[in-house]
Amino acid sequence: MSDVVEKTLTALPSLLSLDSQPGSAKLSSTSKLGNLIRGITELTSKHEEEKLIQRELASIKEQVSSPNTSMRQMKELMVRAIYCESLGYEASFSYIHAIKLAQQGTVLEKRVGYLAVSLFLNESHELLLLLVNTVLKDLQSTNLIEVCMALTVVSQMFPKDMIPAILPLVEEKLNHPKEIIRRKAVLALYKFYLIAPNQVQHIHNKFRKALCDKDPGVMTASLHIYLQMIQENPEGYKDLTASFVTILKQVVGGKLPMDFNYHSVPAPWLQIQLLRILSLLGKNDQSTSEIMYEVLDESLRRAEMNHNITYAILYECVKCIYTIHPKSDLLEKAAKCIGNFVLSPKINLKYLGLKALTYVVQQDPKLALQHQMTIIECLDHPDLIIKRETLELLFRITNAQNVTVIVEKMLEFLHSNTDDYTTIDLVGKVAELAEKYAPGNEWFIETMNTVFSVGGDMMQPDIPNSFLKLLSEGFDTVEEDRKLRLFAVDSYVSLLQGEPGKLPQRFLQVISWVLGEYSHLREELEPATVMRLLAKLLDMKQTSSETKSWVLLAMTKLVRAGQVFQSAQEVSETYGSSMDTVLRQRAQELQHLSQDCELRARVLPQDAGLEPLEVDSSLSFLDGFVSEALAAGAAPYKPPHQRQEELAQAKALSLEPYGLSLPISMSSCSIADRQSPTLLSMSSGLSGDSTDLSHKGSSTTLKLDGVKRVWGREGYLAQREAVEEAAQVEVPSPLRSPSQQAEADSSHSQTPTPTPTPEPDQEKQQLASSLFFGLSSQSSVCLMGKSEPTPQRFRRKAKGQASSSGAAEQISNSLVSAPSAVDNFLCNNLLDSNITSQVGISSSEQTSELSQGPATTNGTCDTEAESTDGDIKGSNPSLIIGDNGLVAADPTPHKDPGSPKDFCLSSHLPAELSELCRSEITPLCSNQSLGLSACHVHKEDSLVLVVFITNSSDAAIRQILLDLDSEQLQVSCVSDSPVEDVTSHSVAMHQFSLTVKRPSVHVEVVGMVSYQLPVGTPQEVQFSYKLPLTSFIRPLTVSTEEYGTMWLSFSHDTKQNLTLISDGEEPLTATLNVLKEKLQLHIVEIIGMEGIIACQLLRDQPCLMHCRVHADVLAVWLRSPVPDLPDCLIYHCQRALQEH
Amino acid sequence: MSHDNSKPLMRFLLLFSRQGKLRLQKWFTPMSDREKKKIIRDMTTMVLARQPRSCNFLHWKDLKIIYKRYASLYFCLAIESQENELLALEVIHRYVELLDKYFGNVCELDIIFNFEKAYFILDEFLMGGEIQETSKQVVNRCIESSDMLQETMEEYMSKPAF
Repeated sequence: MSDVVEKTLTALPSLLSLDSQPGSAKLSSTSKLGNLIRGITELTSKHEEEKLIQRELASIKEQVSSPNTSMRQMKELMVRAIYCESLGYEASFSYIHAIKLAQQGTVLEKRVGYLAVSLFLNESHELLLLLVNTVLKDLQSTNLIEVCMALTVVSQMFPKDMIPAILPLVEEKLNHPKEIIRRKAVLALYKFYLIAPNQVQHIHNKFRKALCDKDPGVMTASLHIYLQMIQENPEGYKDLTASFVTILKQVVGGKLPMDFNYHSVPAPWLQIQLLRILSLLGKNDQSTSEIMYEVLDESLRRAEMNHNITYAILYECVKCIYTIHPKSDLLEKAAKCIGNFVLSPKINLKYLGLKALTYVVQQDPKLALQHQMTIIECLDHPDLIIKRETLELLFRITNAQNVTVIVEKMLEFLHSNTDDYTTIDLVGKVAELAEKYAPGNEWFIETMNTVFSVGGDMMQPDIPNSFLKLLSEGFDTVEEDRKLRLFAVDSYVSLLQGEPGKLPQRFLQVISWVLGEYSHLREELEPATVMRLLAKLLDMKQTSSETKSWVLLAMTKLVRAGQVFQSAQEVSETYGSSMDTVLRQRAQELQHLSQDCELRARVLPQDAGLEPLEVDSSLSFLDGFVSEALAAGAAPYKPPHQRQEELAQAKALSLEPYGLSLPISMSSCSIADRQSPTLLSMSSGLSGDSTDLSHKGSSTTLKLDGVKRVWGREGYLAQREAVEEAAQVEVPSPLRSPSQQAEADSSHSQTPTPTPTPEPDQEKQQLASSLFFGLSSQSSVCLMGKSEPTPQRFRRKAKGQASSSGAAEQISNSLVSAPSAVDNFLCNNLLDSNITSQVGISSSEQTSELSQGPATTNGTCDTEAESTDGDIKGSNPSLIIGDNGLVAADPTPHKDPGSPKDFCLSSHLPAELSELCRSEITPLCSNQSLGLSACHVHKEDSLVLVVFITNSSDAAIRQILLDLDSEQLQVSCVSDSPVEDVTSHSVAMHQFSLTVKRPSVHVEVVGMVSYQLPVGTPQEVQFSYKLPLTSFIRPLTVSTEEYGTMWLSFSHDTKQNLTLISDGEEPLTATLNVLKEKLQLHIVEIIGMEGIIACQLLRDQPCLMHCRVHADVLAVWLRSPVPDLPDCLIYHCQRALQEH
Repeated sequence: MSHDNSKPLMRFLLLFSRQGKLRLQKWFTPMSDREKKKIIRDMTTMVLARQPRSCNFLHWKDLKIIYKRYASLYFCLAIESQENELLALEVIHRYVELLDKYFGNVCELDIIFNFEKAYFILDEFLMGGEIQETSKQVVNRCIESSDMLQETMEEYMSKPAF
């Protein structure tokens, strides 16, 4: 160990305790604490311990509250109190004294005080508020240790709401001369960033300064923040890639001082942090990835030492290499590395190897082939943890050929497993595989039976839901559907004839539903028999009332056959007087419907599963009832939050603005004018099989029919389809360069011959061949594109989605659906160099466009950074270079159309749009033949996205199809007949109207254009367009009274302090005017130090803002009926004020 | 790659004896007392039941538990499941090294009798669930801190004694 370390460690004791000399730590065992601890160890029973501790606590309590106790004694008492608490005895009387100690003690006593506070209280404890002043004082202290302690406690636990109070002080510490303070300040800000990202977003440029700090420790600390920020928005930080690479190069090259070494490895934690950042930046981005290939290679090469820490680095390296845009020789080295891990005799390494393999096989299943014998061995490993991880791996490589073996292995594990969490997880996976790849009806039903019996009542409710959905909707031909249902019926009848008492409730519910719905398919099965079996369930003690209501419902369906009328009557009589209202309701239904055939046929039609039912969710059929009740003097309905508010008002002083302007209530206006067909009321009241169950509000209820009927088919299924699509892409191996392909093929052709194990066990070989079956054949399937997808048995029928999945070259289709696991490796599929380059262009352009945000803020930072920054040992990693290069299109409105290109395109805007305020026209993507650009135009009640398609080739482009989609937005096409053909060197234009589905700070539209050149196959190009939420904000003109009414009825809110602007004018007015101008808000009224503002997202999603000047900040409170909207708006307000 | 954004990578660190007696607990995310008690119970039973020579990682809910035994004491660290297990093992090891240097051949009794010191060392090593510190920084900080300590001493001396 180096000299420096020696020195440190000898210095440590003196820091930690003034009173005890180094090495004398053990002396304190003679103290009172020592006596207590010894006393406890000598005791023999829990009872005695309790008595002793209670005595101890009583004595502590007495002493802490005595005025004569000095702080020094207090410190000692606190330590004892902590000890008692850690044994599980409550010492809450001491909490307040802990705070006092932190407040009033000298440095070392304070330290104990802070420790006690951090151990006693959690973040939401109210006493913590008392700590705020102490922290404030210590942050301003001239004593560095006090500052350190304050920063430590702040990063451990600090009330979220109070962050603004100390934020400026912590921020200030970023410029502190001592690096330890700077480092702790960075970490404290990191913590704030985690718990309240909005609060620190204005100091992003200061993070950049921390990244350039001359002390590597501060720089390392800042990487925590960068990792987070890059995870959220990788596009915004691409310019830093080269800097991160440079830093990593220096670290790997041993350029950091020796004392950063850990077991002779240079700064491993720093290396790993950088590798993680790089993999986020290089994901799906070829040009960025290219910057890092060299350093990754170097990292792999350098990490040779045989020590855990090097393996940890290697693991991150491998993950990074497989995440970024692939490079064949790196992949090869990484694969070798994984091999070493998996084959290692060290069990921890083996585990990590399996984990890496699991990560990697998603794009290259052949790697699993190489290690098949090891995987088989791991499957029988005595350590369950290894076994579990192996199953995870197998789950990823499952296909239609090996599904039975893999599912069998999983079920085997499930039977021996005792941990609930694992059971839930695995059961979900089995169900997923069964649904996706089941080889036959019989197998499917039996597997699902096991899933239901093992998963029992703790499995995810969507498993039975989607199972029943699948049964009812069918998946194949009518005949196949019928067979599956028949098989299910047979299987369940025999289960009920066995020991139904052992089956979990959820399973019984599934069984009852299926028998009710489909037992008529089996003609030789008497309804009476089924009725008897179901009645048996009702009589069992352990049957829950939820299950009973399912059973009753099934019986109601069965009486349609008519013969079982008698037993139905009996049952309905028994339960007609049940205490459970739901059961009673069901019994009533059974009673009535069994008597009235006509009504029954209407309410419960056979095979009703296929027609979506409309549900009147406004409950308008109750209007008559409500108005009668109101007339009879009942109180009008108030939504829960309003009730709560009123309750709070009644209880305490009103702290809310407009408390007094409480209107008579919204309900008075509604009843008369809300007329809707009461016809529907019948169907929603009676037939919604499980809508009643939802009254119970239990989250475990199977809301199967409710879900289906309320949502209708299209919406739900579209979602489902997307998921399956994604899951499909997951399996096939990606295309590789021909050479690699050949090589991979050759390696795979070796593997089936059992070379790896010296004496291949026959059985294992067999298992291997069944497990890894299909992995090899898949590559060929994949080569042919998707024209021959793996047959998926239970894939739901395509619901007429006119997607473009024809013969067109599928470029990264799933970018649109964007499931994270899949899109990592999309780039691998982009073999066709032509298209790759297009995508490359589009993404880099996108990058420049997107990063304009940071770029503008950097404007201020750059000079600062350049002047103060010495970089890492003056060797200038190119941190700053990237920033200036970012002069990009600025999509914010109110800008003169600047560039000639923009001008030229803008002439194509239709007259009615060209007058309106719009963003600059931004290029989206382009290639030799066509280019896409877009802008958005602000109309009063909508936002129009205009996409220009420029044909730059000499031939006409035909069959242009433009498809847009967005997670946050509703996109609809405006043009009546979208242009399909564009002649040579001309421009076509598409218009889309955008509305907000789900507010987000920035919203994004992703799209795909497919087209046909005169020669060659159809082409597709992807693009995306990002715009700020502000584009959707419109002023909302309301009166103060209306504002008051609305304020109370909105349930989502957020509060924050903003900085006031004071340029001459009165600050409040000045600030609000800036907001009004920049964000299109409407200022309703300004009264003294308060102002109220209203705006809306386009036409129907209002958001209200209440501002009050408080000291020299503006306390802002936003409310809206739309979740997330207040948070997004506050972000833009901050932004607007900052840019001002 | 995704993980819960609002949580640090490390969730909690527990030290307990072979008899399952808790010696030190550090929680990096807010947790109720009931949750804490349950976790402590789960951890001790799970870890103590492990066979020797099995791997040092465990699954618990959606977290990974990394544990290692040093003499009579178990160190048990919970991390995000995508986190690097080997690295976590080294975090534990580093902490043990720090304790060892401070106490000089650290044993369980040192930690029992001076648990507050063990907490202080931990607070310097990890902050808010992230590594604050790798090697040299400990050095620097401590050298700096002893500088600071002198300032403190002066201040301490100049204040009236209680």
